[in-house]
This record gives sequence, structure tokens and C-alpha cells, in this order.
Amino acid sequence: MTELNESILTLILLVPLAGAALIALLPDRGKLSAWIALLTALVTFGLTLHLPAHFIPGQPGYQFESNTPWIASPAIFYHVGVDGLSLWMVVLTGLLAPVGVLASWNAIKERRKVYYALFMVQQTAMFGVFVSLDLMVYYGFWELSLVPMAILIAMYGRKNGPRAAVKFFLFTFIPSAPLLVAILWLYARTGTFNFAELQFLIANNALPAGALFWVALAFLFAFAVKVPIFPLHGWLADTFSEAPVALAMVVAGKLGLYSMLRFHVGLFPVQTRAIAPLLIALTVIGILYGACLALVQRDFWRLVAFATVSHFSLTTLGIYGLTLTGRDGAIYQTLNQGVIEGALFVLLGVLETRYASSQIASYGGVAAKLPRTATFFVITALAMVGLPMLNGFIGEFLILSSTFTEVSRSWAIAAAISIILGAAYMLSLVQRLFYGPESAMTAGKPALDLSFGELAVLAPLALLMLIMGLAPSIWMPSIEKTVIQVPIRQTAEGPRIVLVAPSLEEAGR
Amino acid sequence: MNGYLHLWLIPLLPFAGFLINGILGRRLPKALVSTVALLAPLASFAVVLNAARAATSGLALPYAEICPVGWINAGMLHIDFSFVLDQLSLVMLLVVTGVGFLIHIYSVGYMHDDEGYARYFSYLNLFLFFMTVLVLAGNALLMFVGWEGVGLASYLLIGFWYQKTVAAEAGKKAFIVNRIGDFGFLIGMFLLLANFGTLTFSEIADKLAANPAWSGGVLTSIALCLLLGATGKSAQLPLYIWLPDAMEGPTPVSALIHAATMVTAGVYMIARTHALYDRSPFALSVVAIIGAATAIFAATIGLVQNDIKRVLAYSTISQLGYMFLGCGVAAYSAAIFHLMTHAFFKALLFLAAGSVIHGMGGVQDLRKLGGLRKHLPVTFWTMTAAVFAIAGFFPFAGFFSKDAILYAAFLQGNSGKVLWFVGLVTALLTSFYMFRLWYLTFMGKSRSPEVHPHESPWSMLGPLVILALFSIGGGWIGIERFAAYLAPSTGPLSLETGSAHLELVLSILAVAVALLGWFIADRFYRQRPEAPARLAAAVPAGYSVLAHKYWVDEFYGAVIVKPLMAVSKFVLEWVVEVAILGGLAWLLGGIATFTGAILQRWQSGNLRSYAAWLAAGAAALLLFALVPWTTVLANVGIHFNVAGH
Repeated sequence: MTELNESILTLILLVPLAGAALIALLPDRGKLSAWIALLTALVTFGLTLHLPAHFIPGQPGYQFESNTPWIASPAIFYHVGVDGLSLWMVVLTGLLAPVGVLASWNAIKERRKVYYALFMVQQTAMFGVFVSLDLMVYYGFWELSLVPMAILIAMYGRKNGPRAAVKFFLFTFIPSAPLLVAILWLYARTGTFNFAELQFLIANNALPAGALFWVALAFLFAFAVKVPIFPLHGWLADTFSEAPVALAMVVAGKLGLYSMLRFHVGLFPVQTRAIAPLLIALTVIGILYGACLALVQRDFWRLVAFATVSHFSLTTLGIYGLTLTGRDGAIYQTLNQGVIEGALFVLLGVLETRYASSQIASYGGVAAKLPRTATFFVITALAMVGLPMLNGFIGEFLILSSTFTEVSRSWAIAAAISIILGAAYMLSLVQRLFYGPESAMTAGKPALDLSFGELAVLAPLALLMLIMGLAPSIWMPSIEKTVIQVPIRQTAEGPRIVLVAPSLEEAGR
Repeated sequence: MNGYLHLWLIPLLPFAGFLINGILGRRLPKALVSTVALLAPLASFAVVLNAARAATSGLALPYAEICPVGWINAGMLHIDFSFVLDQLSLVMLLVVTGVGFLIHIYSVGYMHDDEGYARYFSYLNLFLFFMTVLVLAGNALLMFVGWEGVGLASYLLIGFWYQKTVAAEAGKKAFIVNRIGDFGFLIGMFLLLANFGTLTFSEIADKLAANPAWSGGVLTSIALCLLLGATGKSAQLPLYIWLPDAMEGPTPVSALIHAATMVTAGVYMIARTHALYDRSPFALSVVAIIGAATAIFAATIGLVQNDIKRVLAYSTISQLGYMFLGCGVAAYSAAIFHLMTHAFFKALLFLAAGSVIHGMGGVQDLRKLGGLRKHLPVTFWTMTAAVFAIAGFFPFAGFFSKDAILYAAFLQGNSGKVLWFVGLVTALLTSFYMFRLWYLTFMGKSRSPEVHPHESPWSMLGPLVILALFSIGGGWIGIERFAAYLAPSTGPLSLETGSAHLELVLSILAVAVALLGWFIADRFYRQRPEAPARLAAAVPAGYSVLAHKYWVDEFYGAVIVKPLMAVSKFVLEWVVEVAILGGLAWLLGGIATFTGAILQRWQSGNLRSYAAWLAAGAAALLLFALVPWTTVLANVGIHFNVAGH
């Protein structure tokens, strides 16, 4: 098993790539590409499950680590490994891959070969982001995750694909440039891209504070756009309404949130602490702003986009509250949102493929025709609004309670208003889509409830929402063991936790 | 018996019923659906009875069952699944599962021909699951699970006939308004965490007991936040507006959720956390004032409603006001006493109204009913018992419990006497509108001669008869014995400043007022049926205010909902999102057009060009990785400070 432990992450990175190559080589005939993609995605998901099965929560540092020199100069190492933070991100990505393939099953009708090949490349890129411990390798994967996305949005967009792709490109590629410069500057000053080594050097004041401010800002900026944080969310609504469902599912959230924790909070604790108040303010504004805008949207993709801004802002609040409970809540909420939004996108995709419309007003009374779709939609909506016993509540409660008790009461109260607004826009959406008399549009169409494939995706996701809401203890022990130390702010009784610079031994060197 | 009560079965049995009927119900035969749906609450009731038996035969209360695996363990937060049985939760459980079971039986007849039969029972079981979790919860967060959960069940059942837009709207409104209350509950829990470091009720009470001098201040804030939650769930001012609309749900649902059990959760929560309220005289007086104000406010609206269920809805709000008044004068056991008797007679009123609606083929407008006494004899007699009970006639159940609250209020100094007087006037109004309903429904001649009313089947009448017995005798235990039993949970009921003489006088006054209400109703609706219209014409302004329910819905719409939507739409979306942020993005549009031109070429549809772009990207990356950057950068003057090498 030890050999597998060392090569498992490499396998996870290579299998989707191999799938992509296979799809590219074989002819684009019928659903052949889709089947290969599904098979690859399932195998990859199976591989990712190896990680939690063999992860040892008590063990410090990274696990499943592999570190080999790749390029001598500059000193780039193929260095991968996971801790409690990235562990479940990898599994979530693995889970959403087959979900994404099945969500594309009927939605993508032509040029399947290109679509699925790029989709699998995208998977590798995301895995890479989560497991890389070498900054240059990380950056490579980060960029790689953007390229297929932009191309797919342009090619498979619904109406204004190219316009949305341009916007996506502008908002995500441009902030990547300062990120690259910042990474190179770090290398220029230290001669290493090794994450743990950089953490150590920065914590021991080996680098000038003035320059670090800008470096940290460059990191933060790139991640904040990706989450997205208000006011950098301009790309999200267009991308959601254009991108193929399977890509919209993964475009926001976890990549940015993970990167924030690992590479901003984890690498620049001092700078993080300095900028945290600004981020707390921006995230609370984002929470309420997103919720208010979601209330008045007419297109359900745009509604979900603003709801997403609201929810991911809350998650970010958990990160920048700089408390242990908030950090754990934020990590957990990132997973929750992955599951919830995954289901939500599949369901909205179901509606859009059936009725060819994303205008909320054109729907009505769908529950009578598609009772299963309605049931899963209601469950998903309830998870999204944070109904206790479903997963959304746990993260929300951890984040809000820690913000209230340890950070700021007024910001926490303001953020908590979103539980009212969230219920308002989600239940209104449910009502306008599914309840009331049938609309002229839905009355004329045949009633096609969930297919077997759709059910096979949604039932496990719904079950997961329940299990994650009832038994967070399955996930929490490993999440709590993340390597990232939170630079807890000073309190009246002194610092709650002494800022620990991870020693190099701990980082596995 | 090994003394283990299996409390966890009480919620989980209905949950199993929910899963079975919810997932398989549409494919199961109706008889099987009914069997599952009835067995679940019956078995749950049996477990409660067994617990009650154990409690009367020497089991020490409070008795707790804690799941060995915690629920939330993250950072500084540790929350268990813990169920606690004490005198308070036992009384609640008996009411919830007992009345709940009766209403399940009734529903078999009432919902028999509905195509959503299985769905209906799965929701009803789900409600019982959440309600029993709420009652048994040993900590505030678990209570919150039940709290929001019953809200969900309520949402699903109000909107049960979802194809009716009004029903769907009403369900949504109930959930959102309750969320405002839940927001208060949530903040209250945060304050508890910040000041007590725990959400476990017993630990909070212990910490308070250890600091006898601690009062007011943050305790007031906590109590008021929790109170906001209670006003939402229990439909008190200012959040009562969802309950009248909730009558869109099936009538047994109104009986179970919107009268007997769920809406009393706020009262239960205050009683459960009474240790906090006891330390904040200010919060207590707010509770009392809200209760008294709601009681009389809702009763006045109830005077002029024409829908039989709406009359009962406003009556429920008004009676819940009594319970809040009881809590507000620290007479928690009196409030729980009224909660219990109210559960009997109000459930009965709704079920009887349901029987009327059923027998009349769906007519529920009082102006179209009348003369049903002969056609629906069982319904008539049972409902009569309920009307006498709610009006407060001796020796019906409502007399004892309402009296206990009014008496406790009277003893609270001068302000208490004001509260008592408001309560007394409310009693007059209650008696009047209930007898109005009674006359208009059962007396006189039928106002819908085309309908041929029929009595309901025995599956519906059986529960009516049982509830009628409890509406008559449910109060005979007397407040003294009831309060003494509850004292370990809710604290003793202190009435020592009073006297038996005073109590008797107040009781006689209360009955006199009830008689007066009956008398006026008799004048108006039996002797001179034209009088109500004349009175309404004489004071058009007053009538209009009541008929429009004080325009509260309109007020909230104009002051909160519309401005919120307008600001979101015009200020946030148009100005901030589109004009400012969109404008900034547009400034970057120079680059956008440029890249757009490139992307246009991508759009050519030529597959090879896409592949080329992809390859180019990969090549660029690889190139970047291979270039000896150290040398290149050194050549342009950037020198490396290679630390650690």
C-alpha cells in the first residue's frame, strides 16, 4: 500500500489526462467520448477515495507526498501532497467529475470529442491546483484550469458565448499576471518555489515586509477574483448563464477559496492579519449585495450567480475572521457548496434542456409534471438556505457563530440577515418554477421527469447533503488537521493562539 | 426494565414513516400508506406513555439520553445529540404525540380522496419528527433543528395544494416570516455561546444558579433575541401575519400544526429557557406586553372574519397571546397549562370546522353556512364543547387555564392589573366571536340550500369525541397540582400574594364576561340577524379597520418588501452593478475588443484552430518551465538572493 500512497496523487493527475488523450485519439462518434469521459471520471473518483481511506488525521504535515526534482534551474520540483485542507477538495473534485459528465450527457449534442477532452484536462488542472506544493507547478495548473474553461465557454456558450468568454478571460487571466510576477519575485529572493520552505522563510522575516505587502496583495487579488469577492464578481453572472452546466458547477468557489487559505493566509500571515478587516467588510457587503440582487433576477442562472456571490462571501468571511472555528467552517462550507451547487446546476440544467428557457417567469407548475425534479430541487434549495440537518447549516453556523463570538458582533449580525434573504430568493425561485398553475410554456411540452442517469447523480448528492448535515464528525477530524495555521488576532486576554511557523521537519523535508 | 427509555425512538419512528411514505408512497396501496402513517405516531405515543409510566413510578427526572457520537465538534464548538425528558417535555410530548395521533386518524377520512394522500402523510410524519426533536432537545441548537424543521413541515403542508397560487404563496410567506424570527433565535444562540460558552440548557441554568446576582444586561439581550424567534413561530406581534394565510393548508394541518402544537413552540421555548427570563424583568415585561397586545389585537380582527378557519386562526393568535402573557408574568406553568387545554379545544375546533367543510362539500364561508345542527349532530355537540371551553365556561378546560393566567397577571402589581383587564376584555371578545361562529354555523336556517350536508365518517368523528372529552375535563387537574408537578422544570408558581377569595371573585368575573359575550352574540345572530350589518354601517371606519386587519400586511409590504425590492433593483442592480461596476469593466473594454477579435477567430468553428490554441498554450507553459530564468533575469539585472542554499 505504501507504493500506492506515494504515487496515488500522480495517478489522480494522470488518469484524466490519459482519458483526454484517449478521447482525442478516438473518433467523435455517437456518445463514445462521453462514455470514455464517464469511465475516466469514475475511475478518478475511485482513486480520490483512496485518500480519505488512508489519511491519518493524527499525523502532522502533508501526506501521500511525492517530491522529485523536475527542472534544475529554475529549481522546480514536482512536489505534491495533501493535508486536511486539500484532502476533501480533491475528493470533491473527483465526485463532481462524473456528475459533470452526466450533466453534459444530453446538453452537449455536437463536437463531443473536443468538449470531453477539454473537460478531462480541466479535471487534471483542478486536481493539480489542490495537490501542488511547489508554487511554480501550482501556477502552471492554475493557468491550465483557466484555458479549457475559456475555450469551452466560447465554443459551447448558449447565446453569447464569446462575450462571456472575453469577460471570463479579462477577469481571470489578467489577475493571474501579477500572481505570476509575485511568485517569480519570491523565487528571485529565495531561490525556491517550495511552499513549506517559503512559509518558513517568510515567517522568519527573511523577506522585506514592504515588498511582501505587494506580493501578498497580488496573491489575494488573483484568488479574490476567482472566488469571487465583491466587487470583483462581474464575470460570474455572464459565465453562469453561458458556460456549459458542468463547467459552471466548478468555475467559482473552491479553487479560489482553497488558494486563499493555502497561499494567502498560509503564506502571508502578517499581511493577512493586516488586510483581514477590509476583507471582512467586503465579504459582508458581498453577502448582502449578492442576496439582494438574487431577489430581483429574472433569469435563474443569474439568480444562482448572485446567490453564489452571497454564499462564497460568507465562506470567505469564515476564512478572514481568522478563527479556528471559522476556518473549519469555511473549509466545510466549501465542500457543502460544491455538493449543493453541483445538484442545483444539474437540476437547472434539467429544466433548461426540457424547456429551453432560463427565464423564471416563463415557468410555473412544473412540480405537477416533474415531481421528482421538484423534490430534489426543494431539498437542494433547503440545503442552500441552511436548513438544519442538511449540510449548508453546519458551515453557516460555524462561520457566523465564530464571527459573532470572536470577531465582530455587528458584522456577524449583518451577515446573518442573509438567512432571511436567502430563504426569500430561494423559496421564491422554487415557487415560481414549480408551483402555481402550469404556464403556457410548460403546458405545451411533454412531461419528462428525471432520467435514470440524472437520478443516479442527484440521489447520492441529496443523500450527501443529509449525511454531511447530520454527521460532520466524519469530515471534521481531518479538516482540523490542516497544515495552515490561522494567525489568530490579538484578543483582550492576549493572542488566542501563538502563530506557529511550521517547521521544515513538519513539512516533510 | 433496565430503565432505558429509548427516547430516540419518539422522533425516529415518525421519521421512518416519513421516509417510507415519502419515497415509496406513490407505489404503495392506500391501506398500507395509512397503516404506516398511523403506526408511526401511535408507536411514538406508546414510547411516550412508557416514559410517563416510568416517570410516575420513580424514575428520576430530568432523564437524558445522549448520542455517543457528537453532532458538531469543530474548533471551540461541541454540540451533542441529546434528548432530555423532564416534567415539561413529558407534558409537551403527551400533547404532541397524543393529539398528533388523533389528527392522523382524522386525516385518513379527511384526505381520503386526495391524490397526494401518501405525500400528505409523509409530511405529517415529518412534522411529528421535528416537533418531538424540538421538545426533547437538550440544547438550543438541537431545538433549533426541530424549530426550523417544523417550519419546513409547515411550509410543505400549507402549500400542500401547490397548484393553487395562494397556497404556494402562503407557504412561502410562512417560511420567510419565520426566518425573521429564526434570525433572532440564531443571534440569541450566538450570545449564549459568547457569554455561557455552551448551548446546553442545563449548563446554562447551572451557570445562572451559580451567579445569583447576575441579571439584566446581556441576559436581557439574549432573552429578547430568543423572544423574536418565539414571536415568529408562535405568531405574535409583530410577526403573526403568516398564520391567517396558513389556513390555505388542509384543515387537519391547521388543527395539528397551526393550532395545537407547532405554534406553541415559542411558549415552550420561553418556558424551557425561563432561567434566563427570570433574570430579566425587562424582557419579561416585553413578553407580557406582547402577549396581552396580541391577545386583544387578534381577537378584534376575529370579530369580523367570515371564513370559519380564519376566525379560528385569529383566535389561535389571541390564545397564544394569553400564553405569552402567562410567561411574561413568570407563570410558566400556567402558560403550559393553557397550552395543553388549548391544544385540546383548538384542535377540536379546527377538526370540527373541517368536518363542517367536509360535510358541506368545501363551503367554509360563515355567510353560506347555517342550520347544520341537525345534519351534523356529532360535529355540533363536540364543537359546542370546544366553544364553551374556549369561551371559558366553568367547568370546561379553558376556564381553569385561562383563569390561572389572568389570576397570576392580576397579582403583578398595578401594571399586572392592566394586563389582567386586557385579558378580561379579550375573554369577552373571544366569547362573542366564538358564539358568533357557533350561531352562524349551526343555528338558524341553511344559507346554502343547494348543498346537502352529510355527517362525517367515524374515523373523523372518533377524534372529535375524544378531544371533546378532554376539552371538558382537561382542566380538572387544577392549576395548583399542575404547577406543582411542573415546578422542577419551570420553577414554582408563586401566587401567595393572592387569596382564595380574590381568586373566586376573579373567576366569577371571567365567567360573567363569557356569558355577556354569549348574550351579545345571541342578540346579534339569533334574535336580530340584521343587527351586525346595521352596526357595521353605523361605524364604517371602525368596521373597515377590522375588516382590513389594521392594514398590517399592506404596511409591511409598503415599508419593508417594496423598498427592499426597489433598492435591490434600481440602486444595487442598475446603479452599482450595471452602471458603476459594469462601467469599470467596460473601461477595460479596449482590451476586451482586442481579445474579442482573437476569440472571434476561435469562433470560426475550425476545430484545428482550437486544438492549435490549446497546443500553443501548453507549449508556452512548457517553454516557460524550460527557460533558464535565473540566467535570463540575471542578464536583465535582477539578482538572486538565494536564501537557504
